[in-house]
Amino acid sequence: MGESGSGKSTVLRAISGLNPDWSGRITVLGRQQGPKREKAFYKNVQMVFQDPYASLHPRHTVDRVLNEPLDIHGIGDKEERIRAILDDVGLGPSFRFRYPHQLSGGQRQRVAIARALILEPRILLLDEPTSALDVSVQAEILNLLNRLKRERRLTYILVSHDLAVIAHMCERLAVMNAGSIVEEMSVDQLRRAAPEKDYTRQLLQASLGYDRETVRHFTRYD
Amino acid sequence: MTGNSLLSEKPLLEVEDLHVRFHTRTRIVEAVRGVSFSMGREKVGIVGESGSGKTITGRSILRLVRPPGEVRAKRIEFDGIDLLGLSDQEFRRIRGKRITMVMQDPKYSLNPVMKIGKQVMEAYRLHTGASRRQARQKALEMLEAVRIRDPERVFNAYPHEVSGGMGQRIMIAMMLIPEPDLIIADEPTSALDVTVQMQVLAIMDDLVSQRGMGMLFISHDLNLVASFCDRVIIMYAGRIVETCRASELHNARHPYTRGLLASLPRIDAPVAELPVLKRREEWKTDRIDHDLIR
Repeated sequence: MGESGSGKSTVLRAISGLNPDWSGRITVLGRQQGPKREKAFYKNVQMVFQDPYASLHPRHTVDRVLNEPLDIHGIGDKEERIRAILDDVGLGPSFRFRYPHQLSGGQRQRVAIARALILEPRILLLDEPTSALDVSVQAEILNLLNRLKRERRLTYILVSHDLAVIAHMCERLAVMNAGSIVEEMSVDQLRRAAPEKDYTRQLLQASLGYDRETVRHFTRYD
Repeated sequence: MTGNSLLSEKPLLEVEDLHVRFHTRTRIVEAVRGVSFSMGREKVGIVGESGSGKTITGRSILRLVRPPGEVRAKRIEFDGIDLLGLSDQEFRRIRGKRITMVMQDPKYSLNPVMKIGKQVMEAYRLHTGASRRQARQKALEMLEAVRIRDPERVFNAYPHEVSGGMGQRIMIAMMLIPEPDLIIADEPTSALDVTVQMQVLAIMDDLVSQRGMGMLFISHDLNLVASFCDRVIIMYAGRIVETCRASELHNARHPYTRGLLASLPRIDAPVAELPVLKRREEWKTDRIDHDLIR
């Protein structure tokens, strides 16, 4: 969780290997990672991006989108896997040969989730997966993600600027500001409105809605 | 400033039976289908999902819908003026002066190759014919009013040199400087972080109430509208499905409004699964009014 420019997406991109320029230590499934990732890494770690309008190739069908990771990793039984994953994300076989422009925002995000899960990874990195969607569609996607997490025993790292989404999806959270973690806490602690740091408390207050009096006491942390 | 005390007066804005259609190659899209409402010098929110027609409603009032869009209405009246009867030339004396509009994203709405001060001054001089010196003075005052710390520096900066939050405040300054009677704000704070969002809203809130303006606040954010506005209009598929006091939004009766509210995750009230909206055909025709907004 963090505001824009806090570095939350950058952390996620460093973990995923999309951002090679970092220092420190990243350990995934017991293996220490270097700046470059090997192919096996991506079988275990996949990512879903914020904007489903930008993360799918406009001239590739859903079928081609889902085939690509299978080809890269040389996996057989493609037919079976594609059919199963489309069912699992609630799209069904009729969507298989459609292009992205024939899908709604929520359907596109389901395709992006299917693409990430078709390799049966263990960790899913979610970068604001619902912030481009209407609230009613957001509810559907969050429910889907929660069901898949339960059924497939997945680990999620979810990046969001929305505390309510994080409270709904996660057990623990880290609040970031200006490139570092300000506070780590459990979601229970968040629900009790008991953050320790003033920065987090202010974020929480702002997330609860507009109140003229509250705003009067806001301070700047940049 | 609540709608209540003003009900006896003539409304600031009245819209009756507004229809907007877009003729595309293959079909006719009815973006707005018979919207009617009236408002005084108060904050009225229009909420709805993408495609509900809320933005087009706001733009229709200011005659900003371009062909192939086609706007029809029985009546659009602003402060006793029949807006539909004005020529384009006459309309320009209203738009930007008596009714202004704050757009969603400063990145696309500010001129990237013109210094900020010049843009703010332009808005003022165009409508008042003030001298350069007066306009400069006024622009600096206005930048200060929207809590820009170093107005002189910002005055001489280009839009890419300021942050998103500051860009938004600059746009608000530009829209307030002609001292309009009505501001139409289309998602004015949606691109901002929550704390900055609240600060920008506080600035608008103060200015609107100090100067006794009306504000039509278009947003997709139900919680924000409930806490910021006086009254709320909920739109679905090009129509108004419900109107109520903002403080009463959480007691809304229309199943669409209730469904939208229920689908929001809440920090204080955890649920295992979020209720999902099941859209119904009759939502396209029925309407519930809790007050005299119509």
